[in-house]
Amino acid sequence: MKLQVSHSPHVRDKATTSSIMRDVIIALLPATFAGWYYFGVRAVFVTLLSIVSCIGFEYICRKIMKRNNTITDLSAAVTGLLLAMNLPVTIPFYMVIIGACFAIVVVKQMFGGIGNNFVNPAIAARIFLVIAFPKAMTSWTLHTGSWFSMKSVDAVSSATPLTMVGTKEAPSLWDLFIGNKAGCIGEVCILALLIGGLYLLIRHVIRPWIPAAYIGTFLILVLLFGHTNLLHAPSGDYTTLQAWTDLFYEACYMLCSGGLVLGAIFMATDYVTSPLTVKGKLLFGFGCGVLTFLIRYYGNMAEGVSFSIILMNILTPHIDDWTMGKPFGEVKENAKA
Amino acid sequence: MRSLHAFAGGVHPLGNKNTDVLPSIHLHGFPEVELLMQQHIGPPCTCVVKPGDHVDVGTLVGRADKPMSVPIHSSISGTVKEVHYVVSANGAPVEAVRIESDFKHSINPFCRPPKIESFEDFIQMIRDSGLVGLGGAAFPTYIKLNPPKNKMPDTLIVNAAECEPYITADYRQICEHPDDIIDGIIEVMKWLEIPKTIIGVEDNKPLVTRIFSHELKKRVFKTGRHPDIEVRTLKTIYPQGAEKMLIYTLTGRKVPPGKLPIDVHTLVMNVSTLRFIGLYLKEGVPLTRKRMTLDGSALNTPGNFIVPIGARIQDIIAAAGGTREEPKKIIMGGAMMGVALDRIDHGIIKANNAILVFGSEETTLPPESPCIRCARCVASCPMDLIPCGIDKASRLRDPAMLEKYHVMDCIECGCCTYACPSKRFLTQSIKNGKVMVRAERARAKQEEALRASSEQKGGSAPS
Ligand code: SF4
Ligand code: SF4
Repeated sequence: MKLQVSHSPHVRDKATTSSIMRDVIIALLPATFAGWYYFGVRAVFVTLLSIVSCIGFEYICRKIMKRNNTITDLSAAVTGLLLAMNLPVTIPFYMVIIGACFAIVVVKQMFGGIGNNFVNPAIAARIFLVIAFPKAMTSWTLHTGSWFSMKSVDAVSSATPLTMVGTKEAPSLWDLFIGNKAGCIGEVCILALLIGGLYLLIRHVIRPWIPAAYIGTFLILVLLFGHTNLLHAPSGDYTTLQAWTDLFYEACYMLCSGGLVLGAIFMATDYVTSPLTVKGKLLFGFGCGVLTFLIRYYGNMAEGVSFSIILMNILTPHIDDWTMGKPFGEVKENAKA
Repeated sequence: MRSLHAFAGGVHPLGNKNTDVLPSIHLHGFPEVELLMQQHIGPPCTCVVKPGDHVDVGTLVGRADKPMSVPIHSSISGTVKEVHYVVSANGAPVEAVRIESDFKHSINPFCRPPKIESFEDFIQMIRDSGLVGLGGAAFPTYIKLNPPKNKMPDTLIVNAAECEPYITADYRQICEHPDDIIDGIIEVMKWLEIPKTIIGVEDNKPLVTRIFSHELKKRVFKTGRHPDIEVRTLKTIYPQGAEKMLIYTLTGRKVPPGKLPIDVHTLVMNVSTLRFIGLYLKEGVPLTRKRMTLDGSALNTPGNFIVPIGARIQDIIAAAGGTREEPKKIIMGGAMMGVALDRIDHGIIKANNAILVFGSEETTLPPESPCIRCARCVASCPMDLIPCGIDKASRLRDPAMLEKYHVMDCIECGCCTYACPSKRFLTQSIKNGKVMVRAERARAKQEEALRASSEQKGGSAPS
């Protein structure tokens, strides 16, 4: 009789790396479909191209480095999908491939593969593309042409809601919420993103700390220091209903535009590049919120989500060190002993 | 009453308490037993029999002549065949006595109920009975019941949580002998002058709560006063039955790292240990039989069985109904903390409370993949440690980093490994880390001593 000998415990939870990644993909599907609905068939191709090239680069890298094949853990597929969510629909296809290559080869595999990258590959690739091809990455379209249009150049250019805040053409909150606006493929439909986030929470894939701290911090800052803020109402003081409506209008507007919700739910919660403890996660979310606010209001870029998250990614090892708690039962007087 | 405190972390493995409704069965007729001379935490016993000697049930076989050791008695009647060294289930060599049965089950005539007149008598009686902590720790009970005078316990906690999957031995113990358990509790409270007892039961065992409440009511009827024993329900979560967790949930006291429950004036005892005290006072037969759960998909008839200590695992499995498929994995103890065996001719020891015989459906060993930093291990650790960090430090063989992560505070509960989606052997690597830290501490101490002695000898030694 041959008996298997292994260390305890002898029972394991069902969740695996690939089941978690599968859940992330499922959670991104509503936003993906919404993006396809608003931006047409070209968005479908951008998404698929991004996913296929990420998986392809992962496969080639592991082959060349003579390491075991890791595409079945689905993490490359998640990176590809997230990258596509962060691209404008008009982006030339070759740029998608360059982005995927940067994400997988440079950011992920050169640092040792899954679990070892110190910044989120999809965000790093997006930032790389913004710097390398600023024009292509910031020309936005509203879905006006035919759903089947594959052309990238003659789309009607439009400003994103973030650059229009306070102007007459600014879309209504409802349009912002359901996604009828210009922006990246995956970030427009807030409703779909929230559904995905809820799914992740219910499946225990993510915990609420980072998104809550991120969005909470950002909203509080907007309410306190935004253009119409609690300290200074445009209409004088806060005795009228209008003043309060203005105040919350701006907060909601800022929340629903740009990549904030996508970033807070899907990118800032990336396991590899966020802290381990609850305290660390709260601090991480808080940092992202502050940075996003500063960049959006005082920086010269309209969008601050990716930069905030990547900066906090870099800080993550330090946050982990600062927030390492005491073991159960450790009290002050014997902390030293 | 429900408990108010809850520890952070823990996991919810499938309970698999398949055997909880099956009455325990006494197994007899084992052809031989192999009694290890060390069945407790502490130095081994001295063997006092030689081949050819006749022994009865309860005859002294191993004498406890060192502090912290507990005597060992024969569990069957028959003839001593061999005194030799064997490898225990933990992989350490120990002396063992092989006794061949004469199938008479004659009980040693000197076994009679003890007379206790003082606290010292009580402690001596506990030691003579061969009792160790039956929950799995095998700590000598007589040491536990004899704390230093400045640290007398004010609360007795009875561990009836039984949070390990599959195991129902304590559950059956409670269903079948609640009176002995209460007797044991009352004796301990009386001799140690403990004013208050709390029985902690997980809320998935409502029957246990009812049985105890009923038993306590009977006492009130008999003696006219209600003993200061309270039954409290606990959340069902693993490792609710771990001493530190149990004390915290029931009393709100936290046992500091490296300290014992008695340091927070609490005494924790397992129900089976207490039941044995109750029984021994009535019958006077030392600890020679043990109730254990046999379960797992490869068995024909899972259930609870009362077997002589020292019976070989293969004989127990055969006597309990045999297997229906070839076992793939055999575990001594529970699914979360038990030891997987490579041989099954070991004789069981006092603290064993389960044998799990897994067939192919339960035996999976998923390959390890890299840590994705999902923090599930961190969230599940009841000791609030960072298992993935310890794992990394241990694989880097870095004692300083291991100390930074408080590796020594790990209670090896297995929650982190259970929860890890990358299927990493965290508990194993943490255990390795502890070995490294111990070695490093010893080395540092030695160096320190060397330096001190060289400074003493030649004050002007070149630096
Ligand atoms: S549970 Fe496993 S994968 Fe997750 S952080 Fe811990 S060691 Fe890493
Ligand atoms: S085995 Fe150790 S590190 Fe892992 S959960 Fe249990 S106490 Fe924490």
